[in-house]
Amino acid sequence: MSSALATAPLPASLADNPRLSQWLRFVRGGTVSITPGKVELGQGIVTALAQIAAEELDVAFERIRMVPAAAPASPNEGVTSGSLSIQDSGSALRLVCAQARALLLERAAQRLGVPMAELDVDDGNIGHASGAKTDYWTLVQADERLLEREATGAAAPKSPDRYRIVGTSVPRLDIPRKAAARAGFIHDLEWPGMLYGRVVRPPRHGAVLLSCSQAKTAAIPGVAAVVRDGSFLGVVAEREEEAIRAATALAAGCVWEGGTRLPEPGEIGAFLVRQASKTTVLSEKSDPSVGKGRTVLEATYTKPFLSHGSIGPSCAAARFEGAGSLRVWTHSQGVYNLRRDLALALGLPAESVSVQHAEGAGCYGHNGADDVALDAALLARAVPGRHVKLQWMRADEFGWAPYGPAMRVQLRAALDAGGRIVDWQHEFWSSGHSSRPGRGARPTLIAANYLAKPFALLPAIDLPMPAGGAGRNSIPLYDFPNQRVVNHYIEAMPLRTSALRSLGAYANVFALESFMDELAGAADADPVEFRLRHLSDPRGRAVIEAAARMSGWRDRGRIGSGERGMGIAFAKYKNLGAYCAVVAEVEIEREVRVKRLWIAVDVGLVVNPDGVVNQIEGGAIQAASWTLKEELKFTAEGIACQGWEDYPIFRFSEVPAVDVQIVNRPDQKSVGAGEAPLGPTAAAIANGVNAALGVRVRDLPLTPERVAGAI
Amino acid sequence: MADVIAIRVNGAEHKVGAHADTPLLYILRNDLGLKGTRFGCGNGECGACYVIIEGRAVASCDTPLWSVAGKDILTIEGLGSEGGLHPLQQAFIDEQAAQCGYCASGIMMSAAALLANNPAPTDAEIRAALDKNLCRCGTHNRIVRAVQRAAVKQA
Repeated sequence: MSSALATAPLPASLADNPRLSQWLRFVRGGTVSITPGKVELGQGIVTALAQIAAEELDVAFERIRMVPAAAPASPNEGVTSGSLSIQDSGSALRLVCAQARALLLERAAQRLGVPMAELDVDDGNIGHASGAKTDYWTLVQADERLLEREATGAAAPKSPDRYRIVGTSVPRLDIPRKAAARAGFIHDLEWPGMLYGRVVRPPRHGAVLLSCSQAKTAAIPGVAAVVRDGSFLGVVAEREEEAIRAATALAAGCVWEGGTRLPEPGEIGAFLVRQASKTTVLSEKSDPSVGKGRTVLEATYTKPFLSHGSIGPSCAAARFEGAGSLRVWTHSQGVYNLRRDLALALGLPAESVSVQHAEGAGCYGHNGADDVALDAALLARAVPGRHVKLQWMRADEFGWAPYGPAMRVQLRAALDAGGRIVDWQHEFWSSGHSSRPGRGARPTLIAANYLAKPFALLPAIDLPMPAGGAGRNSIPLYDFPNQRVVNHYIEAMPLRTSALRSLGAYANVFALESFMDELAGAADADPVEFRLRHLSDPRGRAVIEAAARMSGWRDRGRIGSGERGMGIAFAKYKNLGAYCAVVAEVEIEREVRVKRLWIAVDVGLVVNPDGVVNQIEGGAIQAASWTLKEELKFTAEGIACQGWEDYPIFRFSEVPAVDVQIVNRPDQKSVGAGEAPLGPTAAAIANGVNAALGVRVRDLPLTPERVAGAI
Repeated sequence: MADVIAIRVNGAEHKVGAHADTPLLYILRNDLGLKGTRFGCGNGECGACYVIIEGRAVASCDTPLWSVAGKDILTIEGLGSEGGLHPLQQAFIDEQAAQCGYCASGIMMSAAALLANNPAPTDAEIRAALDKNLCRCGTHNRIVRAVQRAAVKQA
């Protein structure tokens, strides 16, 4: 095992940040500081990484201290996204800790004068049968340079059959403080003399500020500064409510001109097809020995623009210190990426900017966290030496955070006489699914677009396959002899779009798995059996079979028909990650109600079973809310969404029961859980509606009007 | 001009100097340092800022300071602290009933108000009582189980 690992390339996170001391430190008093570059987003990653570290080091979980990421102090692990943290950071920490343990044992053997193989480790204490002993902390104190060396990947990590901590449901490290009102969210940070900021946004993207009542607002008691840089406008005040009042007063005196017109509201699919797009073929397969098929079906599916809808609006704090150096506190997913864009936007060298992570409210993708950090920095620049904390208002969040892109998916397939799919054609239209900072020559932070010397906004990029952005999960995992998948990438989109949980997988899986049911219907086949007929991947088959078993699929006639139905759907996230099958039981009265979801998931080796269940449950419930209720409303004049009344999401009484079963695969590498259930949940619900009513709704969300319209 | 208004929070008297129409939320967070009550929407639509005033869970983000003079205000900090957790707080930990946890304080305040009036609520009663609180992470079912657990413990 060790020789195989020694030749394997280091995980990217470790190759980029190879020094062991970047990842861990033994602290006098018997604790271990672990410093991953990935951040807590409410997904529980920090606890899972602590488990991996404790496991490989052979120390008690309680000795681990997790240090939040910061630039430049932490390893640069890019962005905490894509359900990749267990893979990236987890595999790096596993190797780092295994190497540190081996080094310490080697030192202990020298010091105690005994063979290394005869030493045992128990909670950081190293002992020999002779009674000779030492411990990690003593050894590190004797040689403080011990971890100042590069990772080799040569030390063999533990075999999973010896795990004591990994694979158990260790309670989350952060929940006790969150339950006891001592959460320490970024919103809760404060410093002596701190000021509060608020921004005034234009009525629509791209509008230019002609004039504003700057002097009048500056004279309001409590206002410390009114900041204008081109069309970027904000206020800083001694008290938070004063900042809000001043921003409202300032907004009332603004004259704006121009701006981008949005698409006319209406049929989103038709709008997308009309836009200029760049067409590429993502997958093409042909087997001339297979006939053309007898039955051809075609269908088109759409998904609207979605809002992240985090309960806590985006927040940041900033302070300009002496000599043009800037400190920023953020809940960004990527502290280094943000640092780079802040430096670009502010004309500072990156070395002058330090960025510290603090937890925010739930993060489901590229939201306003990065944008608000530049807002705070621009305001702080006007009051050097003082901290400025800025939380967006709810309308800023709905109006200015990036959106999950609308998509149109057009499918066409042919069945042979035996009910097998012989040809599959998948085309999709979408704008880019990433406008994250830190990746281009220009900053992508929203305020940079409004400065007196503005930076033109970069279009959202089309992330490359195989993970893909809009193309994520567009290539079927099923075995089709002929297939063609075509991407129509729309570069210019008047709404600003970026990564939202599962990216294109939500729309692609909704379409693909809805269409599989339509084809099963045409082939007069059971939807479960029809999927298995086309799927050779054993791990995929296993989760489908597990979800069918859990839900009593064969016996689903028991729930009646006409108003109730059950639907199934499946995906392997990104075709690279977790396998997930979902069965939904729906009931239709005036509206579609999801009564229950049964979910089987395979994430490979499980680090924290309850953590996986929590992520899967949460992802499925969020997806059910998207699927039944959510759609960003806009008119040609602007975003028509100010608050929750305009963007309803699931409430407690609408949430289905969710049963999750983990198919554990200790022999397979761990993959992330958080995004796996989104697509399958959407399609399972739509398939359930079809099972209940015999109608197919292909446009999301599945509102009462759409369902009634389909009948 | 700032007014000086006396309020009673978690049993303690405070005199605060702020405009009488300042939302209670900012007084709690920024004057009294009670950070457990959180801003979510500013319109009473999400429940992140709920506190209990005279037995009822209300949105502190649109409750003006003047309206609570002399009234008993209970915040999440008054419910319990790490040294002595309220059964609801302990139940949230036991059920791991959080993902990001931003909505948790407001939800516990709604639940505390419910349990004070109905010590043994059904699943449907708990959901109805929490319907004004939004959770985006999808932790609803764990939260309902936590409230049930706390109810059993309190009984």
